[in-house]
Amino acid sequence: MKRIGVYICHCGTNIAGAVDCSKVSRYASGLPGVVVARDYVYTCSDPGQEMIKQDIAGHKLDRVVIGACSPRMHEPTFRNTLAEAGLSPFHLQMANLREHVSWVTHDREEATAKAMDLIRAAVARVTLHTDLASLEVPITKRALVVGGGIAGIQAALDIANAGYHVYLVEREPSIGGHMAQLDKTFPTLDCSACILTPKMVDVSRHPNIDLLAYSEVVEVAGYVGNFRVRVRHKPRYVDSSKCTGCGDCVEACVMKKRIPSEFEAGMGGRSAVYIPFPQAVPLKAVVDGTRCLFLTRGKCTRACEEACSRGAIRFDDSERDSELEVGAVVLATGYDLFDARTKPQYGYGILKNVIDGLQFERLACASGPTDGKIVLANGCEPEAIAFLHCIGSRDVNSNRYCSRVCCMYSMKQAHLARDKTRARVYEFYIDIRAAGKGYEEFYERVQEEGVHFIRGKAAEVSERDGKLVVRAEDTTLGRPVEIAVDMVVLGAGLTPRSDAAEVAQTFHVTRSQDGFFAEAHPKLRPVETNTRGIFLAGACQGPKDIPESVAQATAAAGKVTALFAQDFLRTEAMIAQVNEAMCSGCLWCKPVCPFGAIEAVTITERSGRRTVEREVARVNPSLCQGCGACTAACRTGAMSLLGYTDRQVLAEVDAICLGTPS
Amino acid sequence: MPWNPLIVAFCCNWCSYAGADLAGTSRLAYPATVRIIRVPCSGRVNPQYIVRAFQRGADAVLVAGCHPGDCHYSTGNYFTRRRFLLARTFLEYLGVEPERFQVRWISGSEGPKFQETIKEITQAVRALGPNRKLRDES
Ligand SMILES: Cc1cc2nc3c(=O)[nH]c(=O)nc-3n(C[C@H](O)[C@H](O)[C@H](O)COP(=O)(O)OP(=O)(O)OC[C@H]3O[C@@H](n4cnc5c(N)ncnc54)[C@H](O)[C@@H]3O)c2cc1C
Ligand code: SF4
Ligand code: SF4
Repeated sequence: MKRIGVYICHCGTNIAGAVDCSKVSRYASGLPGVVVARDYVYTCSDPGQEMIKQDIAGHKLDRVVIGACSPRMHEPTFRNTLAEAGLSPFHLQMANLREHVSWVTHDREEATAKAMDLIRAAVARVTLHTDLASLEVPITKRALVVGGGIAGIQAALDIANAGYHVYLVEREPSIGGHMAQLDKTFPTLDCSACILTPKMVDVSRHPNIDLLAYSEVVEVAGYVGNFRVRVRHKPRYVDSSKCTGCGDCVEACVMKKRIPSEFEAGMGGRSAVYIPFPQAVPLKAVVDGTRCLFLTRGKCTRACEEACSRGAIRFDDSERDSELEVGAVVLATGYDLFDARTKPQYGYGILKNVIDGLQFERLACASGPTDGKIVLANGCEPEAIAFLHCIGSRDVNSNRYCSRVCCMYSMKQAHLARDKTRARVYEFYIDIRAAGKGYEEFYERVQEEGVHFIRGKAAEVSERDGKLVVRAEDTTLGRPVEIAVDMVVLGAGLTPRSDAAEVAQTFHVTRSQDGFFAEAHPKLRPVETNTRGIFLAGACQGPKDIPESVAQATAAAGKVTALFAQDFLRTEAMIAQVNEAMCSGCLWCKPVCPFGAIEAVTITERSGRRTVEREVARVNPSLCQGCGACTAACRTGAMSLLGYTDRQVLAEVDAICLGTPS
Repeated sequence: MPWNPLIVAFCCNWCSYAGADLAGTSRLAYPATVRIIRVPCSGRVNPQYIVRAFQRGADAVLVAGCHPGDCHYSTGNYFTRRRFLLARTFLEYLGVEPERFQVRWISGSEGPKFQETIKEITQAVRALGPNRKLRDES
């Protein structure tokens, strides 16, 4: 028989005002196993806790029931009390006599009866409590950051500055992401490169950062504190240790300027061997294996090789893998621009002078293909430009969500257009969403600069008499408008990366309905994922501008360093456990687990005189969060949740129903 | 003594139990008919628990969890939803009136909703009278 102590708290008059506490404690003393029952004015106070500790020693208690406030309030307090008295902290059960009884029941008799029921249930349950232990797992204090856009760069720098080693994996030949493609940034109009390139250089020089460019993560195993990651390094065909980034090979390449440049959003050309942009980090050339004539057809003068005085070109380079061990991961893989080709009514890809937002950024940029001159395809300056908002966004047929940055970037671009040309500028918008610090003021400024705002989503762009005609319904005037312009800039929205599903699978993270990576809780855990140890930063989690991306990156870095500040990680104690003898190996539990904590393992066991091999479910204690969803899915009853076993819960059910007046 | 129905409520720790706590902190009175059993997630509630409660004489059973999409464990309550659709049909088949088995989504900020739910179920069950169907008469 267990030796149980029961303590009924008055909580001043909070409980005692509605519940006859001494009657409840007298009732408790008669319950099976109870050797001492008391009521006390403030159980959580020092003397209250002292009283319990003395009873544990004096009455040799091995279980404790406390009828007081909500366990969500003081369970940790009383677990501590038990631990200090040398008892397992899990040998405690609380009954909620305040929030669930005294504060919601007017009738004293009913409240007292309800309190007795709850105490009876707690006593029945606590008898079945067992010792639970959490494991201590060591933490590998190195981080992996995936994606080298502004978010990844910021997260890497913050973690590295805190003194931890960081691997920054970037799939492109250079870091920088989309921000490197931008000209000026709203709302302050500082030059994007001026604020970004110093950070890129910091990354390349940081003693704690290993930059793995032109590489991708192909496999992730393990769990928080102990991930094993396989990274695939794509062949550069250039020996990075020899390459100085002089660009002689680029100039010499026979394919010079003949390949559309990704960095220039197709507005300029590059060679088959190239440096993505002048401030690239690492500043090394790379041979595009899919476009190089020698690599694809075996036929070329290999002019690049000849031009390289350092002998850095190496056509015998090949793909290779490496293994990393890290304790935490920050995903910062960013976004794709919405593909405006999927909305043919706007003429993108069909009509010459219809371009998207990123293309406009390249046109406006002093280091871009036109040296910053905003010109039409024929090289002339446009006399009128239209900016169309919400392309692909806020549309049930493409992206339901608001892309958050397009209003602002369209207005920024309208400003740049007014600044650099004499063109008339129109903005076609549904609403202006300018909710950021200084954003509304920027909106006002652009209005004052003489940009014409037309409230109405553009419906169509067509060509007439050598002009582009934008048709829309002006919803303020309530009538259709048609405006002839020379250039149309599509304010295309942000979408999840085209490979977001595969990346999510590789890292075992979930995605929201819109396809972006899902945070663990939309309000309270915005940078965590449901996989412990994997965090999110930047536009891979949803549309974000630069300030928001940087803020989230710093937050993710904070989570990583907080994790690394510990030497060991405690696993949950109340986790699922499989009784392997009972498990039939159906694995119905596996898909139910939100954390991927359940694996199939093969066990060897004796069956009669033979040794047989059999598949059963096993729970990884480092991943299990203790929800118990798997237990309800298990048909054989092999899966059980420690601390919430069927026996324990049913004991409560039985005790509650028993003896109720009817 | 007049007959008072007994409602056994399984409340998930993160939302509905917190919602019941909030009803308390806001002093929202409701009938003393409910006894709450705390579970980590509504997904933990085994249909067996519901049957057992009815067998032992509960007049109604409530399973309450976070709103779909808000589950602390992200997907636990989706399984709850599916599982209890089945459980309800099964109970009906056994002859238990559908009013006696309720599944509700109550968040931690919905104290009033918790109060309303208990009032509602109490009223509905009072109208039906005591549960005699699965009850074992030991
Ligand atoms: C036209 C336009 C104008 C804009 N103007 C502004 C502005 O003025 N001000 C402002 O605040 N914001 C602006 N923005 C928004 C800004 O671009 C984003 O806020 C910012 O780029 C988000 O950074 P990120 O690091 O999250 O993503 P990205 O910049 O997309 O970077 C992600 C990086 O991850 C890499 N990557 C992707 N997948 C993988 C993988 N599987 N493995 C390894 N690496 C991977 C990519 O190559 C890339 O380098 C603009 C956006 C657009 C489209
Ligand atoms: S559901 Fe139960 S029996 Fe089936 S594999 Fe999982 S633990 Fe084993
Ligand atoms: S208790 Fe929840 S987290 Fe743990 S193994 Fe079962 S389903 Fe997964």
